[in-house]
Amino acid sequence: MLNDFIAEYGLLLAQGTLDTFLMLLISCAIAYVIGIALGVVLHLTAPGGLRPRPVLSAVLGWVVNIGRSLPFIILLVLLIPVTRTIAGTTTGVRGVIVPLVISTAPFVARMIEQSLAEVPRDAVEAAEACGASVPRIVFSALLPEALPSIVRGVAVTLIAVLGYTAIAGAVGAGGLGDIAIRYGYYRYESELMIVTVILLVIVVQLIQSVCDLIARRVDHR
Amino acid sequence: MISIQHVCKTYDVPKKGPRRTRRAVLDAAAPASAQSASPVPAAAAATAATAEAIAAASGPDGTVRALDDICLEIADGDIFGIIGMSGAGKSTLVRTINLLERPTSGSIVVDGVDVTGLTGAQLREYRRRVAMIFQNFGLLAQKTVLDNVCFPFLAAAGKVTDADRERALSLLERVGLREKASSYPSQLSGGQQQRVAIARALACDPEVILCDEATSALDPKSTNTILKLLRDINRETGVTLVVITHSMDVVEKICRNVAVLEAGRVVEQGSVEQVFADPRADATRVLLGKVEWDA
Repeated sequence: MLNDFIAEYGLLLAQGTLDTFLMLLISCAIAYVIGIALGVVLHLTAPGGLRPRPVLSAVLGWVVNIGRSLPFIILLVLLIPVTRTIAGTTTGVRGVIVPLVISTAPFVARMIEQSLAEVPRDAVEAAEACGASVPRIVFSALLPEALPSIVRGVAVTLIAVLGYTAIAGAVGAGGLGDIAIRYGYYRYESELMIVTVILLVIVVQLIQSVCDLIARRVDHR
Repeated sequence: MISIQHVCKTYDVPKKGPRRTRRAVLDAAAPASAQSASPVPAAAAATAATAEAIAAASGPDGTVRALDDICLEIADGDIFGIIGMSGAGKSTLVRTINLLERPTSGSIVVDGVDVTGLTGAQLREYRRRVAMIFQNFGLLAQKTVLDNVCFPFLAAAGKVTDADRERALSLLERVGLREKASSYPSQLSGGQQQRVAIARALACDPEVILCDEATSALDPKSTNTILKLLRDINRETGVTLVVITHSMDVVEKICRNVAVLEAGRVVEQGSVEQVFADPRADATRVLLGKVEWDA
């Protein structure tokens, strides 16, 4: 029975898992490039930051909050014209990267801002008192000091985005979420749905364990 | 020569100013109310003076004066103590010297040059001449001891050369921690961490080292080690030390001159012998323990 199941759905599930990982990693990589930049600027321009700019900080804060307040499924539909222009398609893995990045980047920005805020004020001030420039402080003191916290944030982000990819499955993005909806929900194939859910649970555990391990490795406190 | 000329620092309190200020006011107010039932005239006078100073300090326009018309001259090679209770403004004062805080008015003149308005590259250049050590050491926890000591080189040149590393190792040797070069700060004791911070401070051959409560978090033995180290470095290199503390013990051990701060004003200054032998201000007498403790 197990052999029959694997023969029938094995390829489908393998492709789904691969698609899920692709969506996750590509969109999170791009989202982190944007999110780290946004988070650093938010941190530096906040009141009491190294370069307080109240107006810029407030405007950026609003933009990030707007990005975070739109439900992902709405954003997905809203962005269809944008996605088509950038990616050339609105379906499959390619078609879902743009909305995933746009909804993940503001989330990442807040995670980074929080990690940077945890760096002890003393250490930053000491770097400032050594005559370090702001970019030097950011790259040689703030980000390296915040690294373990940032890595733990990566686990939270990846797992949240895994949830988004399942939602994206509803509009034909591919991946494990898509399989669960198409086969499990629309075609009442409960076994397949259970298997995809188990696979998702394993993926979540894997992400969390790997990130915890890395965070412990890089943390010298 | 550091000349502090008529430096004032005010904060707007209602407009959510830096937390430091509000804490300063609370701390200053607490002993005043605690002592208000005092039967001893001297303490009562001190209390009244403190209360008045605070009333004057928080002006009607909702600003607090953390520093009020401070004038000090610190000679090259001196070990200059600045002492006061918590909230007297000593930390704010020392932080205006390297411009971590900008004075609201007045100026900081170093060797005849007004540094108060410096920005950008010139400010960073100036900060390299004025090193600082902190109560909580301010070391980077994710960098090794050696990398921490090399940080000023990185800040100055954007890279760390082999020669820089050699110099950092010899500074670690000087503070007695060469064998800890590849350890992380969390693996060291408080006293050792402060010695690393001293080695880092020495890395850019400063003219002045500002010590902001450098021994307040340490036990008496480590305190002595750090004080001896600072004194010896002062003798060897002629670096000026500005020592912020609330402990008369520290002043007595290493300082030559001292200024007593209360509620943002200098209430007494002079050589340590003179101030200890004949304290004029009530704040000095309290700090010296010459007021009945339970009054």
